[in-house]
Amino acid sequence: MRTLDILQIVGIGLLATILILVIREQKPMFAFLLAAFVGVAIFLTMIGKIEGVVSVLEDLADRSGISSVYLKTMLKIIGIAYIAEFGAQIVRDAGLESVASKIEFAGKILILVMAVPIIGVLIETVLNLLPA
Amino acid sequence: MNIDVSTIFQIAGIGIIVAMIHTVLKQMGKEDMAHWVTVIGFVVVLFMVVRMLNDLFQEIKTIFLFQ
Repeated sequence: MRTLDILQIVGIGLLATILILVIREQKPMFAFLLAAFVGVAIFLTMIGKIEGVVSVLEDLADRSGISSVYLKTMLKIIGIAYIAEFGAQIVRDAGLESVASKIEFAGKILILVMAVPIIGVLIETVLNLLPA
Repeated sequence: MNIDVSTIFQIAGIGIIVAMIHTVLKQMGKEDMAHWVTVIGFVVVLFMVVRMLNDLFQEIKTIFLFQ
């Protein structure tokens, strides 16, 4: 089943590449939109599978008694990373390297902002472990 | 696991046909009409892509617990 999935996706990627190369000669705008669409389609199929992994992670976190805030923050960070990477790649395809790097920069900053409370808790825990 | 390949073909087809119409209209000397055709085709395809993008973002929102 998994093998079929990857075959399907590689096939769609090759097909899309050929179509994009054909259209780029005539209308670069349409080529860009087609590339974006294919990217979204592949992402959309994969995200259904990620859902399963996330639910397993939630279950494990529940059982180990970790505060759910940490897992939620982690998942949000993963989500931000996915979206930022995706957007940056599409923009980079269109040849706007500077805008793409700004998107990545914004993603990094947002991730840092979300991670700061966790880092604070971590440092506090370490300080508590140390003998005064 | 069902990527709608037909939509990919649709977008590619719209692109090729719009390019064709553009060339024909240009040959007929109707430059402004040709540009309108391009813009309208672009908007149609943009709608398809944006709807898909909206789906993707909703999905990411629900899975990664953005509230």
